[in-house]
Amino acid sequence: MKTFKLGGVHPEENKLSAGKKIEVMELPKQAVFPLSQHIGAPAVPCVAKGDIVKVGTKIADAGGFVSAPIHSSVSGKVLKIDTAIDASGYRKPAIIIDVIDDEWEPTIDRSEDIVRETTLEPKEIVARIQECGIVGMGGACFPCHVKLSPRTPVDVVIINAVECEPYLTADHSLMLEKPEQILIGVQLIMKAVNVKKAYIAIENNKPDAISLMKEKAAAFPGIEVCPLKVKYPQGGEKQLIDAVVNRQVPNPPALPADVGAIVQNVGTAYAIYEAVMKNKPLFERVVTVTGKSVKNPSNLLTRMGIPMSQLIERAGGVPEDTGKIIGGGPMMGKALLNAEVPVCKGSSGILLMTEKEAGRGEEAPCIRCSKCVTACPMGLEPYLLSKQSEYAMWDEAEANQIMTCIECGSCQFTCPSNRPLLDWIRQGKGTVGGIIRARAAKK
Amino acid sequence: MNVILVAVIVLGLLGLILAALLFLIAKKFAVEEDPRIAQVADVLPQANCGGCGFPGCQGFAEACVKASAQGSIEGKSCPVGGKAVMDKVSEILGLAAVEAEPKVAVVRCQGSCAHRPRTSEYVGVKNCHVANATSGGETGCFFGCLGLGECAASCSFGALHMNPETGLPEVDEEKCTACGRCVKACPRHIIELRPMGKKGRRMSVLCVNKEKGAVTRKACDIGCIGCGKCQKVCEFDAIILENNLAYIDPAKCRLCRKCEEACPQHSIVAMNFPPRKPKPEAPAQPAAAAPAAQPAEAPKVAKVETPTPEPVPVKAASPVSEAMKEMPNPMSDQTQQETQK
Amino acid sequence: MANKLKISLSPHVHGGDSVKRNMLWVIIAMLPALLWSFYTFGLGAVIVTFTSVVSCVLFEWAINKFILRNPRNTIADCSAVVTGLLLAFNLPSNLPLYIIIVGALFAIGVGKMTFGGLGNNPFNPALVGRVFLLISFPVKMTSWPVPHQMTAYADAVTAATPLADLGNANLGDLFFGHIGGSMGEVSALLLLAGFVILLCAKVISWHIPISIFASAFCFSVIFYAIRGGMPFADICVLSLKHLCAGGIMLGAIFMATDYVTSPMTHKGMLIYGVLIGFLVICIRLFGNYPEGMSFAILIMNAFVPLINNACKPKRFAKEVKK
Repeated sequence: MKTFKLGGVHPEENKLSAGKKIEVMELPKQAVFPLSQHIGAPAVPCVAKGDIVKVGTKIADAGGFVSAPIHSSVSGKVLKIDTAIDASGYRKPAIIIDVIDDEWEPTIDRSEDIVRETTLEPKEIVARIQECGIVGMGGACFPCHVKLSPRTPVDVVIINAVECEPYLTADHSLMLEKPEQILIGVQLIMKAVNVKKAYIAIENNKPDAISLMKEKAAAFPGIEVCPLKVKYPQGGEKQLIDAVVNRQVPNPPALPADVGAIVQNVGTAYAIYEAVMKNKPLFERVVTVTGKSVKNPSNLLTRMGIPMSQLIERAGGVPEDTGKIIGGGPMMGKALLNAEVPVCKGSSGILLMTEKEAGRGEEAPCIRCSKCVTACPMGLEPYLLSKQSEYAMWDEAEANQIMTCIECGSCQFTCPSNRPLLDWIRQGKGTVGGIIRARAAKK
Repeated sequence: MNVILVAVIVLGLLGLILAALLFLIAKKFAVEEDPRIAQVADVLPQANCGGCGFPGCQGFAEACVKASAQGSIEGKSCPVGGKAVMDKVSEILGLAAVEAEPKVAVVRCQGSCAHRPRTSEYVGVKNCHVANATSGGETGCFFGCLGLGECAASCSFGALHMNPETGLPEVDEEKCTACGRCVKACPRHIIELRPMGKKGRRMSVLCVNKEKGAVTRKACDIGCIGCGKCQKVCEFDAIILENNLAYIDPAKCRLCRKCEEACPQHSIVAMNFPPRKPKPEAPAQPAAAAPAAQPAEAPKVAKVETPTPEPVPVKAASPVSEAMKEMPNPMSDQTQQETQK
Repeated sequence: MANKLKISLSPHVHGGDSVKRNMLWVIIAMLPALLWSFYTFGLGAVIVTFTSVVSCVLFEWAINKFILRNPRNTIADCSAVVTGLLLAFNLPSNLPLYIIIVGALFAIGVGKMTFGGLGNNPFNPALVGRVFLLISFPVKMTSWPVPHQMTAYADAVTAATPLADLGNANLGDLFFGHIGGSMGEVSALLLLAGFVILLCAKVISWHIPISIFASAFCFSVIFYAIRGGMPFADICVLSLKHLCAGGIMLGAIFMATDYVTSPMTHKGMLIYGVLIGFLVICIRLFGNYPEGMSFAILIMNAFVPLINNACKPKRFAKEVKK
């Protein structure tokens, strides 16, 4: 069984909502669209207060090449362009829309029929993807069209369906219910970057998805399902390329395309299918609402901009002893300030933790057990990097390749002394990154 | 006898040879150094705080001597030694003394637990920078003090300490040398070096919140809501209102204290003024009932003689703040996560 | 929702490993050898173990409380118990109480707490204590009681270590532990059982012990071969006896693998282990002491920072040339 070579951990899987059907969420009364839902420049609003918008109307333009437009998920009236707390924990500019009814843009194909053929040229496909505001749906939210315009020729597309984060099942449920649409989406990606070979990487804990995808993929030439051993962080781009095609992406500024590979999330493939074949911009996604104390863990097909509290309500409400609400999975997700944060393009899940689970263990001195070194999938020394960040030894941290850290959290997960290794390493990464940029600007 | 003689001769010769060697090496590898560098370094406090922006006192001395070749050491100042030391440095270098106004660190946040209720609990590393990168913080105010004491830890003069009651740093003005380390240490740029002012008297807006008034007020009952009342009463054009936040330009402020009276939120604080005489007659308007809306606790800043606040109706503020057209700046310098590019 | 939401950076889950768990597994792994020492040396072994453990824990508690004024006392993580047990394993079972207490004080006080407590000590505390005693009380530390004197303590009959006359010792006796020696080191078999326990509990990796065994065996074979005058098969048997006698087993499995004082990367661990093996054979064959494990480990402890600097883990990818 294939997997990546260095490090990795195996957290308790806790896929509570696995096998649950995707349910359609009802519409909210008000929808909030933060302007920076992706990596890169924030989008620029193209509607004004009082404008009437339909479902699928573009409400904000891309703020540059590395950016993505934003489309309304509801039909109604623009209440104001204001600020709202988003998943970053800060108040950011956002468009707020009062929902009136559910009128869609007429250009969107709302039928259930599966469209298989397209006459679009590769460039047109990428342009359509860009216009529909599609970003990486795995959580990093990197604008999709940028990845599909590689600097160097690529020869393989890898579809990330490993969903290595514990608890989350959004991708899993999507594969079970929309396998053909996903495969057509993969075909579109292959056509866009002119590649003949694609792998759909699925971790071994989803045997039903593996067999279904294998069965359906037989009809699609060049697409192969690649089962992987369950190990975190397999969903990391570099780890996934290592696991599937055994190529190692060099350190930044190198990109996966430099080793001839492009990685896209399975949710992105589905969104690409809808954008290209159905002319439907990205305003809907599957979100897993889960947690040990949640009454009814579920996979919800939800419009963006809905406050997360509404999704939690649908899954049985916020339990009394909730201590933490996480946007995303437990390993890389962000703890939210409150449940009113809107669902964004990168919201793959909402995880509720009890008061007891939410706390951190008492920090003890580092006993230099080297478990973090063994666990690090990038071959770094987390114990050392965290100390160097703590004591502001930026040059040493840079020499020890702090910038290659992917912030997967395996080190902190495995640390017997409960040390906040990643807190410090992130801090160091931010500072060293600033130093490097300043140095480059000077030259 | 013979033994002693041999020992003396051998040791004597050894000593001579080594002395000669040392002498030759010292001559050969001697480093030419401007003697004034040592002289300047001598008068410096030798705290090596780096507050001047140079690596330690030696570095500052070298920079001063180097600059004196151009004829002026303007812009170079030892925050610790102050004017006295800089005068001496100028004297050594044969230059005219440079005037520099004494400054002091001012903590521009009054968001104690009483004024700024805690809405969440931060459980990560007790470090301001890490907390700042985690989220907006434990309160509804995303601009105010995080209370983890990075500034106090950075101060090498013991002039800053955290008050456990308010959770805010306090400046000991006598010890503060305005070296500026705390300013750099604070991820939210709350601490500012402001001119000391005559007798230490000065006016400052103790808030850095750039949100709209309504949002600010919800988060903190003592934050600046950008209502602009202070700007209106100021006769000297000293108040700048930007991003829903007032700022007093110390160069223009004449310490009339009118803005302090006008501020409905008590964000403007007059420091080191003698206590105000109570006004003989009570205000005539019925709005006198408004003090109920004011915080029970007086703002706590080191050595502030809190004046009796003037009753001002709080209600009037909100329409003004609504009129502010500026969109608040989101936090500009938080680290952007670029996990998987 | 009654309580405030907690905010922290990811990861939000933890694997559940703890210092205490690791220490407890080390203690469990030491149990077979400990029970064997009780069986072999009787009452003396019980007294020595008890004194050593109790005094180590007490000293750590007292130093934490009264000298370091550490608000969080670290005895709960059981590391002092491990140090006490290891110290006892390294002592003869007829050692007077005051010597044990002095050894414990030196191990904890100087070997560990001087540097700031758990995690900061450059040298293995138990070995620091043992070597201190070995230099201070050379006679008492090198006269080991003959096995199976169940009720004897200070009055036990002593004999020299089998290491002094390895050629005539029986390999089986050495392996199963029917010999005299320091308390914990007599039965190679039970120490190996402890090794298996540690491996299964994922407390240590195989790198250090195996590299020490391999290197000690190889160097012993090489040195005896150079000396000559023995058939190769005998040399191999003699080298195996070296592994089973004295402190190599104990040191390789429990002392050299001490987290704090061993290298951080697998490559570093292998270098560290090979050099320990080399040093111990050098000391045994060419040095004044019949036993060299403690010295070999302590010497290599000093090199650990260097090894850590030299041996970086295998990075995911090579750095891009600038």
